[in-house]
Amino acid sequence: MAPFRIEVRVMPRAALLDPQGQAVEHALHALGFPEVRQARVGKHLVLEVEAPTREDAAARARDMCDRLLANPVTEDYLLAVDGGGNGA
Amino acid sequence: MSKRVAVVVFPGSNCDADALAAAQAAGSDAYYVWHRDTDLRQADVVILPGGFSYGDYLRSGAIARFSPVMRAVEAHALGGGPVLGICNGFQILCEAGLLPGGLMRNAHLKFLSRPVRVRVEATDTPFTCLSTLGEELVLPIAHGDGRYVAAARTAAELEADARVVWRYVGDNPNGSTNDIAGICSVARNVVGIMPHPERRNEALLGGLDGARVFQSMEAGHATQHAGALRAVGGRHDGM
Repeated sequence: MAPFRIEVRVMPRAALLDPQGQAVEHALHALGFPEVRQARVGKHLVLEVEAPTREDAAARARDMCDRLLANPVTEDYLLAVDGGGNGA
Repeated sequence: MSKRVAVVVFPGSNCDADALAAAQAAGSDAYYVWHRDTDLRQADVVILPGGFSYGDYLRSGAIARFSPVMRAVEAHALGGGPVLGICNGFQILCEAGLLPGGLMRNAHLKFLSRPVRVRVEATDTPFTCLSTLGEELVLPIAHGDGRYVAAARTAAELEADARVVWRYVGDNPNGSTNDIAGICSVARNVVGIMPHPERRNEALLGGLDGARVFQSMEAGHATQHAGALRAVGGRHDGM
């Protein structure tokens, strides 16, 4: 078993209204950043896990996302797995 | 005989006492079931009340849906037993997959606590059977994550099957798809509603519009005990 660090990015579905992102976008415009074309707000989760291989760690993390960490109706997620000696 | 109504209490529920009182006012034999319990004690009806179960951490209802009691609630629902999810209870039902779609942050971000007007659009559910089609009710809302969303195909199915049970009239407070305020399952026994009927249950509190929901629940056909249905389906011990 080796330690892995899994980072999960959960974002509201692109097709759905993201009122938090809109509020951030408007605030940035008001602060003098007119170049902001769009802002979207999501969540970032960091998990420290033990797994035999990087593939196992990723497969388990996908299961966690599908069952709890993201709602497939309203959100999309992206995983990044670090550790286990195969990359940084 | 009075209906046995289980009001599930999660850590963070805060409308459980109001839901219990509203069910009792309608004549039901209502009692609390703690979220760690796995036995609904021969409930005819289950109510998931409003509140902020598990602090709404991660997503509203996302953690509550894995509470031990939810396996019994799912078995009750799959056996045809009536289930009403109010506000946070509606969010939990969606997270559990007992109702389609999900509830997202209000379009204008603010937490809203005020009366709204809804129209009853389906009277063939256990919670609207005493209402008349098109009847308008004034019910309070109190939510931050009340914007009902569903995939376009799901929303079209809800409309085609007349599964939108309540719809906001005039003013849609949260930006929900098709002004949806409440829906029911395909079998019509699982019902979710964002507004709080249990808070409109006394003339002193502004009216009795919400009482219709609980009176319907109590008056609904009691042809078969939900417990018996579950046993027939072979799912008495859960799923």
